[in-house]
Amino acid sequence: MTNAFHLDGLEVPFQEGQTILQAALAAGRYIPHLCWHPDLGPHGSCRLCTVVISGRPFSSCTQPAMKGQAVACRTPELNGMRKAIMQMLFVEGNHHCPSCEKSGNCRLQATAYDLGMQDSHFPHQFPKRERDMSHPDVFLDRDRCIRCERCVRASRIYDGKDVFGVHGRGMHSTLAVNSPSGLLADSQIAPEDRSIQACPTGALMAKRVGFVVPIGERVYDREPISVLELRKYAAEEVHHG
Amino acid sequence: MSPTATRHLETASNPEALNRIVIEPLTRVEGHGKVTLLLDEDNRVQQARLHIVEFRGFEKFIQGRPYWEVPVLVQRLCGICPVSHHLAASKAVDMLVGARTLTPPAEKLRRLLHYGQTLQSHALHFFHLSSPDLLFGFGSEVARRNIVGVIQAFPEVALQGVKLRKYGQEVIRILSGKRVHGVLAIPGGVNKALAPADRDLLRKDIDQIVAWSKGAVDIARRLFEDNLAVSEAFGSFRSNFLSLATPDGAFELYDGGLRARNAEGAAIFDHVDCVHYLRYLHEEVKSWSYMKFPFIVSLGNEEGWYRVGPLARLNNADRMPTPLAEAERRAFMAMGHGGPVHATLAYHWARMVEMLYAAEAIRELLDDPDLQGPDLVTRGERALMGIGVIEAPRGTLFHHYRVDEHDAVVKANLIVSTTHNNTAMNTAVRNVAATYLDGKELTEGLLNHIEVAIRAYDPCLSCATHAVGRMPLQVELVDAGGNLLQRLVKDADGRCSGA
Repeated sequence: MTNAFHLDGLEVPFQEGQTILQAALAAGRYIPHLCWHPDLGPHGSCRLCTVVISGRPFSSCTQPAMKGQAVACRTPELNGMRKAIMQMLFVEGNHHCPSCEKSGNCRLQATAYDLGMQDSHFPHQFPKRERDMSHPDVFLDRDRCIRCERCVRASRIYDGKDVFGVHGRGMHSTLAVNSPSGLLADSQIAPEDRSIQACPTGALMAKRVGFVVPIGERVYDREPISVLELRKYAAEEVHHG
Repeated sequence: MSPTATRHLETASNPEALNRIVIEPLTRVEGHGKVTLLLDEDNRVQQARLHIVEFRGFEKFIQGRPYWEVPVLVQRLCGICPVSHHLAASKAVDMLVGARTLTPPAEKLRRLLHYGQTLQSHALHFFHLSSPDLLFGFGSEVARRNIVGVIQAFPEVALQGVKLRKYGQEVIRILSGKRVHGVLAIPGGVNKALAPADRDLLRKDIDQIVAWSKGAVDIARRLFEDNLAVSEAFGSFRSNFLSLATPDGAFELYDGGLRARNAEGAAIFDHVDCVHYLRYLHEEVKSWSYMKFPFIVSLGNEEGWYRVGPLARLNNADRMPTPLAEAERRAFMAMGHGGPVHATLAYHWARMVEMLYAAEAIRELLDDPDLQGPDLVTRGERALMGIGVIEAPRGTLFHHYRVDEHDAVVKANLIVSTTHNNTAMNTAVRNVAATYLDGKELTEGLLNHIEVAIRAYDPCLSCATHAVGRMPLQVELVDAGGNLLQRLVKDADGRCSGA
């Protein structure tokens, strides 16, 4: 008998060891997420993928799928909470999409659009954060960092460099660079590193790339992230066998 | 009227004893500004000033940003002419990456974008913003004096205006991805070529656009000539003029050397490489406006102020490169009898000649195979300073950036078109106030005369107030009887003092 659970009333099969999020994506069911990446494992920090099982909230990227579970995901209440999370992420940083080179390629922006976020609702905090332009080929704009730690994990797992960490607590936490001076220039980072590719926003970027991709040809210009992600995930599943 | 004849109206000697009339907000201009008039008991004008009350701060908040972000960020200065800021900043950034000379496809694609911008901005100004005054009269019924009134009374003219603007916006959308705030220029070039299908789409209507533009020149000319005495005298004065020009002295919107001529049309300077602009132009700060007052260094701040924009460009050009516009330029310049044309209201006519030029230039470019690329970007030796100058629809636009060795902007200086015209607009306001308002019972129609004079310059008040940090500011606490209780003054260096 197939292992399966119910996601918003529809059956989703799963394999042993899969999380709810992995199983849902494999079945062509999108659950919004920011800190999770298929190659970086679960993290459970952004809470965007939160689902409700038996009245209790769980992050679906960390929660193993279990046979017979009834999982509520795209309910109006949960989508409202997701939108509120997005709004808080936006006001907690300084996200100026109109002049950001990541615009159109930005997972944060695309997810906000997908969730129907049309304003920031909460008062902007306008935090003062340090920008690091010291490296010749990479820059770090902490204004755009949402502290998802994808760069932290990618640097450790794939680049083998441990360039990044997070210090401080709560909304005062910031991305720290592991180097004697605390600057990228003294770190081992290189523009081709996975840590840079893993950034879902424009916080960590290769320098002098800018706006080379015309508007209309950027990643999320043609399709919403919910559609694009499923196709990408399906292709990677096939690729991985 | 001589510009000095009303200079005493810039500052009244006894402002506390005068009645204050405020026109706020100024309508049918871009951005927020106001005019204050101080009148004595007999309604004689004692002081007339144009104030810009917006506060933007772009020069400050682009500090620390990566230089390649600047052309996209600073275009948010404006919603009407963002392309001008995008291109001026891009030209400055070209210098930073050692690419002052672009590949032919890149330069032509930028030019096409710029001409589209000129077309749509000039159409917007003439048809939407100014035609109500010109068609109905400056003091006509206020309820009708707007674009809706024009649509009702002159539907064909209004429709042409709307479609001319739409075409310019289509050029911008196709090239930059959006009608407003798109992206085409990148450091050292552009990010895409013009697809053949898009070229064909634009070609389809361009002959009609040229014909309508020619018709618009005819309308502007007729409106000027039908009431020649008023047209020549209204808010008028003699001045110097500044613009770009090609090496052989022709009209130029995208690139060229700086050319300044005096009120008689004699050269003050010519063929000046834009990177040396600071040797020729300085800015003065006055306590009562957020907008600075530029002047030509060799003439000093009293005599060195000048005008920019369509009137200046036509006065400074020896010829226009396209045939229809050149014929119209000659007809226009005949008014000057061998010298420059000085009438404030001649700006409208000159603006329509420029729109015709833009339409013709677009038509020529659409036949150029270079627009299909493929060589779109070039690079050279990195530099730490970049200066880009362009003729925006409203006049000469300067973008000047200094970056550090880590690619971050450390200093920016923008002199926008409207700022150059600051003294000119104030002079026009004073002249109109002295001529039409002095000693009269003020009505809305009379006050609109002031706005008509300002509108002729097509000011963009949003663009003109981009500075922050060095802004002089004066705050006065006045009691109900008009007595000054306290004054706090912040000077241009940021120091505050009480009085």
